Amino acid sequence: MIAYIIKRLLSAIPVLLGISVIVFIIMALIPGDPATAILGSFATPENVEKLNRDLGLDKPMIQRYFIWLGNMLQGDFGRSFSLNKDVLDEISERFGATLVLAGVSFVLCSILGVVAGVLSASRQFGITDKLITLSVLIGISIPSFFLGMMMILFFSVQLRWFPVSGMWPIYGARDLSALLSHLFLPALALSVVATGVIARLSRSAMLEVLRQDFIRTARAKGLSEARVIWRHALKAAMVSVIPVLGVQAGFVLSGAVYIEMVFQWPGVGRMLVEAILKRDILLVQGGVVFVAACYVMFNIVVDIIQSLLDPRIKT
Amino acid sequence: MALLKFSRRAIIAAGAAIAFATSAIPVTAQTPDDVLVVGQIAEPKSMDPATVTAVNDFRILMNIYDGLVRYKDGTLEVEPSLATSWNISDDGTVYTFKLRNGVKFHDGSALNADAVKFNFDRMLDDGHPYHDTGPFPLSFFFSAITDVSVIDDMTVKFTLNAPYAPFLSNLAYPTGLIVSPTAVKKHGKDFGRNPSGTGAFKFGDWRSNEAVVVEANADHWEGAPNLNAVVFRPITDGNTRTAEMLAGGIDLMVEVPPLALSQFQGDGYTVHEQAGPHVWFLILNAKEGPFADVRVRQAANYAINKEAIVNDVLEGTAAVAAGPTPPAFAWAYNESLEPYPYDPDKARELLAAAGADGAELTFYVTEGGSGMLDPVAMGTAIQADLQAVGLKVKIETYEWNAFLGVVNPGLEGKADMAEMAWMTNDPDTLPFLALRTEAWPDKGGFNSGYYSNPKVDELLEAARASTDQNERARLYQEMQTIVQEDAPWVFVANWKQNAVTSDKVGSFSLQPSFFLLLDGVTKN
Repeated sequence: MIAYIIKRLLSAIPVLLGISVIVFIIMALIPGDPATAILGSFATPENVEKLNRDLGLDKPMIQRYFIWLGNMLQGDFGRSFSLNKDVLDEISERFGATLVLAGVSFVLCSILGVVAGVLSASRQFGITDKLITLSVLIGISIPSFFLGMMMILFFSVQLRWFPVSGMWPIYGARDLSALLSHLFLPALALSVVATGVIARLSRSAMLEVLRQDFIRTARAKGLSEARVIWRHALKAAMVSVIPVLGVQAGFVLSGAVYIEMVFQWPGVGRMLVEAILKRDILLVQGGVVFVAACYVMFNIVVDIIQSLLDPRIKT
Repeated sequence: MALLKFSRRAIIAAGAAIAFATSAIPVTAQTPDDVLVVGQIAEPKSMDPATVTAVNDFRILMNIYDGLVRYKDGTLEVEPSLATSWNISDDGTVYTFKLRNGVKFHDGSALNADAVKFNFDRMLDDGHPYHDTGPFPLSFFFSAITDVSVIDDMTVKFTLNAPYAPFLSNLAYPTGLIVSPTAVKKHGKDFGRNPSGTGAFKFGDWRSNEAVVVEANADHWEGAPNLNAVVFRPITDGNTRTAEMLAGGIDLMVEVPPLALSQFQGDGYTVHEQAGPHVWFLILNAKEGPFADVRVRQAANYAINKEAIVNDVLEGTAAVAAGPTPPAFAWAYNESLEPYPYDPDKARELLAAAGADGAELTFYVTEGGSGMLDPVAMGTAIQADLQAVGLKVKIETYEWNAFLGVVNPGLEGKADMAEMAWMTNDPDTLPFLALRTEAWPDKGGFNSGYYSNPKVDELLEAARASTDQNERARLYQEMQTIVQEDAPWVFVANWKQNAVTSDKVGSFSLQPSFFLLLDGVTKN
């Protein structure tokens, strides 16, 4: 087991190095440089050159990459020039917000998705199944940012039940209830598509399992239907559902970019969008590497959980 | 049946969750009466005025700092601020300012001539001990300064390398706002997050991506402001900003998307509009291709239906531009100028005379960008208008930064026309940087269409060297007449900045400078 974990961890190193190279090259090749973004209409070639020199962007690309990589390995992600702030400080501040949003959405879509899938499979072709399948189809088909905007219009502007945007109230206590009221709409909007995907997969995985002999045996033993479904069948079905959860975690994380823009959630996704538009190279590079590292780690954890559920995977 | 139990339990759990969530519903966002909440378009970069370039940052900074001079309310003409008076040497190269007595920075240190000198040396002198608190991207506004010297405690003298008429106007720009040297020395590079000025509001708190809070400065030299505090919230998305305004989460919203304006027509809101020093135009490549012929350039000006663009595409948030200088520069604007009328027949005639029927044109369009309004829709409308008079227009679209990267080095060999917009603080800036022969891209300017008229060059040089406003006005007006006739650009629109306030907000008005001045604003 330990060897397996170490092997998986080692395999993450080339992945992350590759990502760092790719994001660096993209930011270097993308048209428009930071000096132009900062100077806007005032970007004369002369001003651009001077500002690029001030920002340390006049060195050759290869040299800049290794300086950046070397600094990063020592924990120095550099300074953001659009925010005038240490990149790592900014990322860690904002990653917390993304983690809260994506984490809650992920838990929400995992639970709702699996429960919906199981209910729907256990009553195949029944009215529950049809209703769930239909809602799932609708959920998958609505772009989350659009759903988010509609939710804001209905629940925040019309009904005034929830605040429109942000994570905390401008005035008043920063307690759990304040957070939940700000979190409710974005988390829901973010989880809808993933819930649909997970529900579909859980349904087909369950249908597969329910046809197998050990289920018939369990029923024949006289176990209650609930026990058959939720203990025996679900455990077997989870083996094929869990890797999908891993993929959906990535989906939720990337979907957070849109939702954070719509709800102005102060997370890392919105940070990246704004940083790209401002050509804030170090912030984009640092942010992408950081998010990629988290995603890779999460998938390793998923793999390990899976290997615990199904010992055959290790070999 | 057993299954039903589970789902019933699930329903109860779900119900509990919803009840929990709704119990968390706050007493929605009621802000204290004397605190104004402003919906901004982005997170500011820094509170150090010498290091920033965006109007979004200026909106906050103009309330924290004062400059030596400022724009008179509702105009773009300068009046005293931290300097009570000044005199200009006859040759226009020496400016001597008398400073206001008894003014203190928010950190308690005194405003004096040394402080003013520190501000400009920090920006302009590479060897200054606090030059590393930069970079200072707009320091070239003051590149004419060769020396700042302290005459006595309350008198400071600026020496320029040549007469430079926009100097006073540049001092009124945010880049010229005076910061506390004591605070810069104390915080170094982090001064931008710990600002100290002399303005009507002092810095309170900056919660990243949530709010910048400024509080009333009771000791302001003009008296304390009416509001107790102002909260600036960054809300990047225009639709979300609109929703916050409708839901009461903000009291004042800037840059309302044109399509959202109708939401605020009823009672409870006031829509403010103010034309600013902005012009939206098409750069025409006068060096090569069809637009090298002045008749084709004029034909483009006749062919494009500018009324339709400002009314239908921009929903009335802009006015039709007549020439290169926006009317907001009232003193320098040539009132006799009439916009090119929409006249497709005249355009066809001119094209036929020039033999440019059916010419193929490459048109650079941007997806967005500072002051660019709705560039894709506007570009499409323009394409259709030109098509209607027989020009074949091929659009190439670029993201804003990439767009500047292809347009600023010049259109030669690449394109025939490109969208562009400028917001400036002095009638000198745009024509001087974008219409002179000496401003062709290879000489470091923004004349990307290679327009050249020796008479225009001469007028602009003379206007810059003169310190007499009436003389300058005459020169600029003559320049506008010639440029309109020569048509190096298609003059399209002058943007009207807008803002919405809730009915609780009083005494607010937008400024032609596009700054947001809040010291007189009330809220009840």
